[in-house]
Amino acid sequence: MALKDFRELRLDSMSREFGSLNALKGITLTVARGEFIALLGPSGCGKSTALNCLAGLMPLSSGSIWLDDKRVDTLGPEERGFGMVFQNYALFPHMNVAKNIGFGLRMQRRPKDEIDRRVAEAIRLVRLGAQSEKLPGQISGGQQQRVAIARAIVVEPPLVLMDEPLSNLDAKLRLEMRAEIRRIHSSLGCATIYVTHDQDEALSLADRIVVLRDGEMRQVGTPAELYSRPADPNVAEFMGFRNVLPTTASFEGGLSVTLGPAVLAATAVDVTVPGPAVLAIRPEDLTPRPGGSIRAVVQMAEYRGRDFYGLAVTDAGTELYFRAEARVTPGETLFLGADAPRVLVYKS
Amino acid sequence: MSLRASLARQGLDGVTLLVLPAALFIVALFIYPFLYGLVLSFEPKVGGWLANYAKFFSEPFLYTTISKTLLIAIPVTVLNVALSVPVALRVRLIAKPKLLTTILVIPITLGTVLVAEGMLNYMGPRGWFNRALLEFGLSSSPIRLIHNYWGVFLSLVITGFPFTFLLTLSYVTGVDPGLEQAGAMLGARSWDRFRTILLPLLVPGILITFCLSFVQAFSVFPSALLLGEPAGSTRVISIAAYTAAFEEYDASMASAIAMIMAAVQVAIVVALLAAQSLVYRGPAGGGKG
Repeated sequence: MALKDFRELRLDSMSREFGSLNALKGITLTVARGEFIALLGPSGCGKSTALNCLAGLMPLSSGSIWLDDKRVDTLGPEERGFGMVFQNYALFPHMNVAKNIGFGLRMQRRPKDEIDRRVAEAIRLVRLGAQSEKLPGQISGGQQQRVAIARAIVVEPPLVLMDEPLSNLDAKLRLEMRAEIRRIHSSLGCATIYVTHDQDEALSLADRIVVLRDGEMRQVGTPAELYSRPADPNVAEFMGFRNVLPTTASFEGGLSVTLGPAVLAATAVDVTVPGPAVLAIRPEDLTPRPGGSIRAVVQMAEYRGRDFYGLAVTDAGTELYFRAEARVTPGETLFLGADAPRVLVYKS
Repeated sequence: MSLRASLARQGLDGVTLLVLPAALFIVALFIYPFLYGLVLSFEPKVGGWLANYAKFFSEPFLYTTISKTLLIAIPVTVLNVALSVPVALRVRLIAKPKLLTTILVIPITLGTVLVAEGMLNYMGPRGWFNRALLEFGLSSSPIRLIHNYWGVFLSLVITGFPFTFLLTLSYVTGVDPGLEQAGAMLGARSWDRFRTILLPLLVPGILITFCLSFVQAFSVFPSALLLGEPAGSTRVISIAAYTAAFEEYDASMASAIAMIMAAVQVAIVVALLAAQSLVYRGPAGGGKG
C-alpha cells in the first residue's frame, strides 16, 4: 500500500480547556512517519482529549497541529484524512464487514473495482477472510477489533489514532492483538498514535512513549529509557516502581539513601545531596538476600509461578513490595536489599 | 415430576399470577368491547348479516369517508415525520432540551379541543392572524384557514407534531454518536453521514413513529368537526360512525363503520411493518462496548 507522502506530524503547544479545567496543557511533539507513539497515563490525564483533538472531534483551545507544512487543526475530522480506531470500535451495525471496511473508500468516490480490490487486501491484512459478509453483531470482539483496524487503514491515512483499542478484550486476545497491531503498523509505514493506560502495552508496542499526567507531558522517551530511568517519581510509580518512599540522600564514596536504620547504595536521577529525597524501587528488584540491610516482616505473599510477590513491613511501619525466589510465609522476617543501579533517587 | 416443577421449568410460577389484573383489564376494557362491536356489526336493523357492510360500500356518502380520512391522515403524518427527523437531529445536540421538550408537550396535554378553539379565534376571518395579514397588506382578503381541509390539517400538525417529535427524538438519541464520529473520520460529510449511517439506523424507528402518528391522525374527530367542513371535504370516517350512532341511533351500523375504520388502520400498519422486515433492524449502537 502506498501512503500519502509526509515526513512528520508536529503538535505545537496543543492545549484544550473545558471551562476552567486545563485538560491539555501545551503538548509539543514531533512524530516522524513510521513511528509508533504511545500516549500513556492514568485515567483523566488528558490522553483521550489529546487523541480527540488530533482527530478533529474536539477543537483546540490554543496551539496548532501540522502535517509537514500544512496546518490541520483548522480542518474538520472529515477533511484531515486520519484513521481512527475507537475504544468501542464504532462499527456501523447495519453494514457487513466488507461494507464497513469499504466505507472510507466509498466516501472518496473511488471506482468499484478499486474498492473491492483494496477491501480484499485489507481483509487479508487483518486475517478476516471468512467473515466479510457478516454483520458486526455476528462476529466476536476480537474480530470486530480487526474490522475497526482494517476500516481505519484501508484509506491509507498518514496517521492512525487508536483509543485504548484493546481494553474491551480478554487477556489472551489482548496479547494476540497487540502483536497484530504492531505487525500491521510495520507493514503500513504510517504513523500511529496509540492511547493506553497499560504500561505493558505501551512498552511492548511503542517506538516512543509520551507519559501524560494532569494534561502535561511528563516524559517522552523510548520504552527502555522510560523503563530504566523515569524522569520523576510520578512517572516512576506509573512505570511499575511500586515502592516510592521519602528518604534522605547522602554522598559518602557513592550515593546512598536511608530507609529507617537501613542504608542503600543508590543511583541519582535528579537529586541534590545531602538532603531529603524520594527513592523508587520496583518490587522485582527488591529481594531477600544475604547482607540485605532492610529488616521487614512479611504481611502477605502471592505465588506467581516462577516466584513470589509480597508485601512486607519494616519496624518503622513502612510498607515494601518485594519479590522472592523461594516461598515466604506471612510473619517471616526478611532482610531485603536491591542493587544500586535499581534504586533510583529523585529530589523530593 | 410434579406439576409445579414442570410449570416452573416453563417459567410459570406464583409470580406469573401477577399478570392476571392486567390481563383482566385488557379483556374487560378492550377485547370484550371489541368482540361485542364486531358481533353487533353483523346484526343490522334490517337485512342480512352483511347488510351494514354492503350499505357502507354502496353509498358514496359513506365509503368516500375512507379516502377523505386518508387524504388528511397520510399527508399530516408524512409532514410530521419529515419535520420531526431534522428537528430531532438538531435537538439531540442541545445540552438541556428540557425547556424545549416542555413547550412541545403542552399541545398534547391541552388536547385537540382547546387547540381547535384557539385556532377558531386566532385564524378566523376576524382573528388576529387575518387582521394582521390585512393590516400589513400581505393579503387583500382574509385567508380561509378554518372550516375547510386546511383547518383540520393545521390542527393535526399542531397536536400531532409534538407526539411524533418526542418519539423520533427517542430513536435519534438511541443512535450511538460514535458512529457519526467514525463516519466523519472516514471522510463522510454531514449529508453522507445522514444518508449512509443515521437514516438506515433510524428507518425502523421512523416506521413505528409513522404507524403510531398515522393511527392518531386517522381517528381525527374533534378537529374535523370543529375546524373542518364536517359535511364536505372533512367528513372523516369517525364522523360517519358518530352520525350512525347518535343521529340515526343505529349502533349496529356504527359498529360496522368502526370495524371498517380499524381494518383500514390495521392494513396500513401491517403494510408498513412488513416493509420494515426489508431493512436492518438490529441495535443502533456500535459493537460490544
